[in-house]
Amino acid sequence: MEAKKLIYLDNNATTPCDPRVVEAMLPYFTTHFGNAASRNHPFGWAAEEGVDYAREQVAKLIGADSKEIIFTSGATEAINLALKGAFEMYRKKGNHIITAKTEHKAVLDTCKKLETMGAEVTYLDVKADGLIDLAQLEAAFTKKTILVSIMWANNETGVIQPIEEIGKLCAKHGALFMSDITQAAGKVPVDVKKMGIHLAAFTAHKMYGPKGVGTLFVNRVKPRVKVTAQMDGGGHERGMRSGTMNVPAIVGFGRAAELAMLEMQRDTERLTKLRDKLQAAFCAILEEVVVNGNQEHRMPHVTNISFKHVEGEGLMMTFNQKIALSSGSACTSASLEPSYVLVALGLGDDLAHSSLRFSLGRFTTEEDIDQTIAAVSAGVNHMRDLSPIWEMYKEGIDLNNVQWSEH
Amino acid sequence: MAYSEKLMDHFHNPRNVGTLDKSKKTVGTGLVGAPECGDVMRLQIEVDDVTQTIVDAKFKTFGCGSAIASSSLATEWLKGKNINEAMGIDNMAIVEELALPPVKIHCSVLAEDAIKAAIKDYQKKNNI
Repeated sequence: MEAKKLIYLDNNATTPCDPRVVEAMLPYFTTHFGNAASRNHPFGWAAEEGVDYAREQVAKLIGADSKEIIFTSGATEAINLALKGAFEMYRKKGNHIITAKTEHKAVLDTCKKLETMGAEVTYLDVKADGLIDLAQLEAAFTKKTILVSIMWANNETGVIQPIEEIGKLCAKHGALFMSDITQAAGKVPVDVKKMGIHLAAFTAHKMYGPKGVGTLFVNRVKPRVKVTAQMDGGGHERGMRSGTMNVPAIVGFGRAAELAMLEMQRDTERLTKLRDKLQAAFCAILEEVVVNGNQEHRMPHVTNISFKHVEGEGLMMTFNQKIALSSGSACTSASLEPSYVLVALGLGDDLAHSSLRFSLGRFTTEEDIDQTIAAVSAGVNHMRDLSPIWEMYKEGIDLNNVQWSEH
Repeated sequence: MAYSEKLMDHFHNPRNVGTLDKSKKTVGTGLVGAPECGDVMRLQIEVDDVTQTIVDAKFKTFGCGSAIASSSLATEWLKGKNINEAMGIDNMAIVEELALPPVKIHCSVLAEDAIKAAIKDYQKKNNI
């Protein structure tokens, strides 16, 4: 019997490796297994050559020079290195950092840690559409501001920040601009130089490369940026990141970057159509559907939708045997807190609990989308039949006036 | 996280979904939880006022799979029980029956709260 095909719409969590990427990696596990730091024999040379080539491919993807690419174990490590390393390097100049409430936890938790080490951090609010307010950013700069960390695109909503304008404000106020470009790199054109970005972190596994490898772009000229290493060891990666290079993964990262450049436009056009079809279908078939976040400045493959009066995790259970995606409801966490990103957009906790994130990818087909429309719509109807608050809404009861028993 | 077969069965084929006429004196309604918390349970019982036996039970729940299964199971258990027996239903019995994981124990607590709230509502209506 043919195995039931599973539909994967959780590409913002991770993407499958492109088979062409795996193909590029394989020789580096066996034939070219050498340590890229072994300078004195052909095994080392072959590994180093693979790494150097990948470094160029990755640099090219974001408009950087290959000397500006520091390989790490992933985006989280790159973000930690950028924020902690820059704080350590530049704290004599000042201790103030600006970021936003909708950043990834890798940024927010690192900033929290830096606060215990003497940093002052401003966490900017976002507008209802998820964009930061540039006037608020400008007002947040002080003489002590050394660093601004704002992501290119949000992982939950796909909302794209006004990166070029942020870069200009950073230049005007003499602060470094760090951007977590994890969700954008390889999906939309990214040019770090044009945007005035000095530090940028991303990973291979969100762009059809392998897990366990990421990079920090560190600007080398005007200004020459340095970050203090957060790991001590052999002084690899120009002294900024010690540790033996993960050669096969790095080679895969390079190939993934190259493929992303080749296929970006085609993927974007195709996925925009499919995403728009999915979103439009829900809005047409179902009542009380809300699309979260700015729809104009948004990644082409993402839509985050609240289906009012149904709970996201329960809704997912109606179809998660065949369709994989994410919910903004965090019913599984002990805190019962829904997505902090959606809450920062000003959604009530109830709407945040009712949200699903659909993130399409290179291997998503139109048939996947058609099946998803049918299954999710059926799930929403099933859950609404079960939902007391849907019934109350239908009876015209104002849910804000109901005396709920909080628990 | 894999859920038990019993839980999945209650989730996909929930028992006793619906609404009883809350204006009737023999009907008790318990509404617990809040939309902001991600769980709202409404559990209703209809009681034979002579024998004090629960003759019907219905629920509607906004929540995760465990919350829906817990309330579905609760309605099954309530039917045929005397209200004093029903008052004694413990959340841990629901946890065991559905094999709820630790992070979902609050769903069973909510179901127990809903049972108690429904019985109290019935008792209040009838000055018991």
